[in-house]
Amino acid sequence: MKIEIHNGRLIDPLHGIDRKTSLYVAAGKVASIDEPPAGWHPNRVIDASKLVVCPGLIDAAARLREPGFEYKATLESEMEAAIAGGVTSLACPPDTDPPLDEPGLVEMLKHRARSLNQAHVYPVGALTVGLKGEAITEMGELAEAGCIAFSHADAALADTQLLLRALQYAATFGYRVWLRPQEASLARGGVAHDGEVATRLGLPAIPSCAETIALDAIFELVRATGVRVHLARLSTHEGVSRVRMAKKAQLPVTCDVAVHHVHLCDVDIGWFNAHCHLVPPLRSTRDRAALRAGLADGTIDLICSDHSPVDDDGKQVPFAEAEPGATALELLLPLTLKWAQEERVPLLAALARVTSEPARVLGVRAGHLAQGAEADVCVFDPDGYWTVDPRSLRSQGKNTPFLGLELPGRVRYTLVGGQVVHEA
Amino acid sequence: MRNPQINGAGELQHLLTLEGLPPEVIGRILDTAVPFVSIAERDVKKVPLLRGKTVFNLFFESSTRTRTTFEIAAKRLSADVINLNIGVSSTSKGETLLDTIDNLVAMNADVFVVRHAQSGAPHLIAQHLSATDRAHIHVINAGDGRHGHPTQGLLDLFTIRHYKREFSALTVAIVGDVLHSRVARSLIHGLTTLGTAEVRVVGPQTLLPTAVESMGVHVFHDMREGLAGCDVVVMLRLQSERMKGALLPSAGEYFKHYGLTVDKLKLAKPDAIVMHPGPMNRGVEIDSAVADGKHSVILPQVTFGIAVRMAVMSILAGSQAPA
Repeated sequence: MKIEIHNGRLIDPLHGIDRKTSLYVAAGKVASIDEPPAGWHPNRVIDASKLVVCPGLIDAAARLREPGFEYKATLESEMEAAIAGGVTSLACPPDTDPPLDEPGLVEMLKHRARSLNQAHVYPVGALTVGLKGEAITEMGELAEAGCIAFSHADAALADTQLLLRALQYAATFGYRVWLRPQEASLARGGVAHDGEVATRLGLPAIPSCAETIALDAIFELVRATGVRVHLARLSTHEGVSRVRMAKKAQLPVTCDVAVHHVHLCDVDIGWFNAHCHLVPPLRSTRDRAALRAGLADGTIDLICSDHSPVDDDGKQVPFAEAEPGATALELLLPLTLKWAQEERVPLLAALARVTSEPARVLGVRAGHLAQGAEADVCVFDPDGYWTVDPRSLRSQGKNTPFLGLELPGRVRYTLVGGQVVHEA
Repeated sequence: MRNPQINGAGELQHLLTLEGLPPEVIGRILDTAVPFVSIAERDVKKVPLLRGKTVFNLFFESSTRTRTTFEIAAKRLSADVINLNIGVSSTSKGETLLDTIDNLVAMNADVFVVRHAQSGAPHLIAQHLSATDRAHIHVINAGDGRHGHPTQGLLDLFTIRHYKREFSALTVAIVGDVLHSRVARSLIHGLTTLGTAEVRVVGPQTLLPTAVESMGVHVFHDMREGLAGCDVVVMLRLQSERMKGALLPSAGEYFKHYGLTVDKLKLAKPDAIVMHPGPMNRGVEIDSAVADGKHSVILPQVTFGIAVRMAVMSILAGSQAPA
């Protein structure tokens, strides 16, 4: 199958390319850009003259809810959502049921995903058995089965000695560890940011120091062990400052922010909107401004969707009892574009946050369009506005604070391995 | 942000919180309650304003006093009253909050009086009713988590107005566990809306919520400073589970610092009134000599509470203004 994506605005952040040109795809790979390969006879030509052509998006955190939570979403529904959102690679956190703590589960997930022939799925293995924080997992076996990193997802890891041992072990073999910085006891019982809104609404709160204390502890452990740590879901002003300093001090750390936290803050909870019950909690406007500044200056390496489909029953309950999380695979690109528009960030720099940067953090060879690269491509209309609506979402989860909002960025074609897997 | 308790015509549809309620609406409720106080002194204590209407007292959290006063208020308005103490049993049976509501709607409820341990539960019910085209059913928040207890706030306002007339020159101190108190939050919103000169909260850092000043109050940790020159002292109940542990070392030490004694009350104005939402812990937050003393208006609060709840129900669901 030979496909010519003709005369689009081709943006390849890794190679600094942003120009009007054509992309030639053959045998699942990028055959060339600008000039067609010798003797070029395409099977299909896609007119991209008003569209942006970029590497398929890479989402560093998307819960597919399998195994264990098939009533919330299935691999089929969420993989469909991924390609509809232009996402061609995604990392899944280990907080499934059972958690991804055994090679068999990881192999099964990879096998199920492969058989769907859509996005590439990269499991993140559990750092401790059952995510219980008591014993470290067989990281070697899990890595062999396909885990690209190890994490504790959102589960509490209260035992710092165990965390130190886990990091030492991971460092020994060069595994990457992804940690969400949250001191467990300070977060206990909390459902909202400890500030004016939680005070007014009478919601149990999580202070910002839950994040900073955890960050300080993690940085010390990184210094002690040399392990490469990715910090998942920064949420506070102080957290961004600390990561900036740590990077200045050459610590081997990277970090991300969830796309919701780039746009929303605790005020958006309004009168107890359960769609705004997220983990970490939406924090203040000052925190949101710091996250945006951190994204713009590169302190924050990437934006992820933190996709968490939840069924209606999980949200149609009082705020604190609502299951946290939001569906977001299909909103990752639009919300990244919206951020770029608002902050006047060039499209190339913005798309780097969802393509080349996550590729680097995941350690996968994707997220660029050089000759010979896997032809995972997203072709979208940057001026195509659409309204977020339960019917317009492919994900089984319709839970998002952005329902009813008009967002830029309509994905027109998604290619995985040189095949058109989605068009709209 | 649209206030979910005011309908498109600007009328009170539900009573969910005092936050954002216009002063005229609060004033109207308080004015409406005045004649209901005297009804209680008549031989026949009933008016037909809610005749034919059904009020469901829906208590997901146990309460004797609030439920009883709502029941009396509804009966004096001639409504049919159904009391449901749901506790935690319905969730253990697997029925969700909104399923329970749908079932009761099918029994032709007109008013839901809701007490729930979770902040925001009455808002959820109100939103569910309007999303399903049943906005004619009214929801009254009878206490939700730490968030609000608007009828308690209103009866506190009624009591203060009864004894002090004008809010604009008053200093009101609210003392104790503000962090966990829905009563305090509702009263603070009401007092600031009505233009109270100064609202103070008094307590240790462990019992005051973060950024509470943003609600328009002054923070005092020293009770003597906090009581100085006050017209109204509102003591909050300290739940027994807070008395020991991480928030407070002991009930005794709490009483020493924040218990209201005759001696401390002397720092307030000579004609200061002392209020308490009940039930009181004598010797923990308040000394018996004060609770039973001449400054105390704690029992009149209970009487006024019935009149205020009658006023709220008649404004929401009543067929006509009281004669």
